[in-house]
Amino acid sequence: MPTSRVTRYLHLPALAACASLIVQPVLAAEMTELGKGEGQVDIVAWPGYIERGETDKAYDWVSSFEKDTGCKVNVKTAGTSDEMVALMNEGGFDLVTASGDASLRLIAGKRVAPINTKLIPSWSSVDERLQNAPWHTVDGVHYGVPYQWGSNVLMYNTEAFKGAAPKSWSVVFEEQTLPDGKSNKGRVQAFDGPIYIADAALYLMAHKPELGIKDPYELNEEQYKAALDLLRGQRKIVQRYWHDAMIQVDDFTNEGVVASSSWPFQVNLLISQKQPVASTIPEEGATGWADTTMMHVDAPHPNCAYKWMQHSLDPKVQGDLASWFGSVPSVPAACKGNELLGAEGCKTNGMDDFEKIHFWRTPVAKCPTQEAGCVPYYRWVSDYIAVLGGR
Amino acid sequence: MSFGATSPGAMNPAGFDLPAPREGIGRRLSDALTRHGRLLTLLLLTPPLLWLGLIYLGSLFVFLAQSIFSIDPFSGMIVREPTTATLIELFRPANFDIVRRTVLVAAAVTALCAVLAFPIAYYAARYAGPKVKAGFYLAVMMPLWSSYLVKVYGWKLLLAKEGAIGWFAGRLGLGGALDAWLALPVVGGPSLSVSYTGMVLTFTYLWLPFMILPIQAALERVPPHLIEAAGDLGASPGLVFRTVILPLAMPGVVAGAIFTFSLTLGDYIVPQIIGTSALVLGQAVYTLQGTAGNIPLAAAFSLVPILVMALFLTIARRTGAFDAL
Repeated sequence: MPTSRVTRYLHLPALAACASLIVQPVLAAEMTELGKGEGQVDIVAWPGYIERGETDKAYDWVSSFEKDTGCKVNVKTAGTSDEMVALMNEGGFDLVTASGDASLRLIAGKRVAPINTKLIPSWSSVDERLQNAPWHTVDGVHYGVPYQWGSNVLMYNTEAFKGAAPKSWSVVFEEQTLPDGKSNKGRVQAFDGPIYIADAALYLMAHKPELGIKDPYELNEEQYKAALDLLRGQRKIVQRYWHDAMIQVDDFTNEGVVASSSWPFQVNLLISQKQPVASTIPEEGATGWADTTMMHVDAPHPNCAYKWMQHSLDPKVQGDLASWFGSVPSVPAACKGNELLGAEGCKTNGMDDFEKIHFWRTPVAKCPTQEAGCVPYYRWVSDYIAVLGGR
Repeated sequence: MSFGATSPGAMNPAGFDLPAPREGIGRRLSDALTRHGRLLTLLLLTPPLLWLGLIYLGSLFVFLAQSIFSIDPFSGMIVREPTTATLIELFRPANFDIVRRTVLVAAAVTALCAVLAFPIAYYAARYAGPKVKAGFYLAVMMPLWSSYLVKVYGWKLLLAKEGAIGWFAGRLGLGGALDAWLALPVVGGPSLSVSYTGMVLTFTYLWLPFMILPIQAALERVPPHLIEAAGDLGASPGLVFRTVILPLAMPGVVAGAIFTFSLTLGDYIVPQIIGTSALVLGQAVYTLQGTAGNIPLAAAFSLVPILVMALFLTIARRTGAFDAL
């Protein structure tokens, strides 16, 4: 889940992340039956993911849970995936809402326990496309319950594009004249995380089929180089590489930016401010994120944790959260009859685009689609730094 | 403390007795501490030294020491064998760019701060009366009371393409000049808020008080009779300034420069909000130690500001800047 607030800069997860390298293998057994609740459950979550009506009374999916189960919910928010991994490595928490670039690390580090889906009655209501998703299922074992997912979108200024949605990501990748007659140079943005290299790879997948890219997160040297070349060209037309949602909102309002890769969150916010923006998923598809509620191997309150996982799949919870966040529920039933989300809410947030979305994953050296191995994430980082610096 | 070395009950050869030890553990302890001054010093200094030495410097060195390790190019795991490869990587063009960029921005900010701060400090030190001076202190310190982030976001709005600075420039008929400046290579960009110009301006605003105060302190210490004497001997005001005031105030400028330079060198929040998106040192460390897990290179980058500052301080010390801190 790509939320990014100012607070995330104020954390220093460096040393905590160092500590994460020392993990002890723990053999975790699946729970076979549920006992009585332990009175509380401690959750590491993205800001805004677990609301108890404190920001807006209408958005509350905690109070009823506490009343029904007697499990008091304590939330520790984390601003980045690294922070989440670090907190889980420290221990003392029951659950975490991990994104795809954290979930596999948690599984590999044996920080999260296998989930017995039989103990979660609502499991069968989970979107079938998510039930065995590779970011939480390893060798047929489930390590969590899908929470929400969403798509990165192409946000554009409807005035600059004369009301017609751009069909391709080329408006942000290649210099061209926009429908308003002016060049896109200095009027587009790109995401500043190295994971954005996958967006370039996705674009090349459609436009340079001879490269043979099968998965934007699994790139061999040649494909990787082509993606970097594309990004170097993009550097010349990009006004700013954004990573703070609120800054992007400001840039679309005050800086004359007209197109960028973005999240539904910014789109909804700008529309609520009566700005002339809309979003689309171009023909090449898009990258996206999918979050999973995972349980710590040494969870101090496993019964309450299971109760929360069950509760998190409640259609009302899922629908309210999707409306709050601009995300898509992992339970399709949530799309119907939710007041806050509205009849079209799921569609607006990208429910029908699942097939077009390539979910964020951490690129690793050993990958299934490339025999010779893939370019690992740490190189994405150093090379993207070079691209940002104009090299 | 030769008395303290003898046992309390022993007779003193000089002919007078030390007071008998008093009753109670607290009193005896108090006596012992009074007699053994070093013990007291040791007791007082141990906790802060432990804190500084073990927790602060210790963790810093553990982190910096990582820079002699390297990252396995295939698996991305840290290889714990001493090597200079990571440190050499700093000189790769893309990485060296970051170092150069950060140092140049810090130097520009420092220079601009010095130029702006000097006249302000000069007025406050030499012309302002007591009341004006109180107001001056208030005015200089006031920006430091508000949140750093609020100020940075405020500047982002001021510098925006459709922001206040652009609007004023347009109203004053300077829109063309602003555009011409933005069309320049390096310092220019699509708008002020995404250019080096904007970044330097924001840093200058943020750190200016740290420059004004030491300069003012240094200027107040310039003896007025030297200035009068120079004038009496026929020196023109410009000559007095260059040969008397400036050299004597220089330690203050250097002291201020230490603040502005090191603060800019270490900052990684302003460049995320204002600037060209090209990384500076702090951001590089932040990014590399994160998901990338490239702790060795992050540690190597962390060494850079320390070395740059060490160099800077060595030069500063020669100019006697520390006398004016």
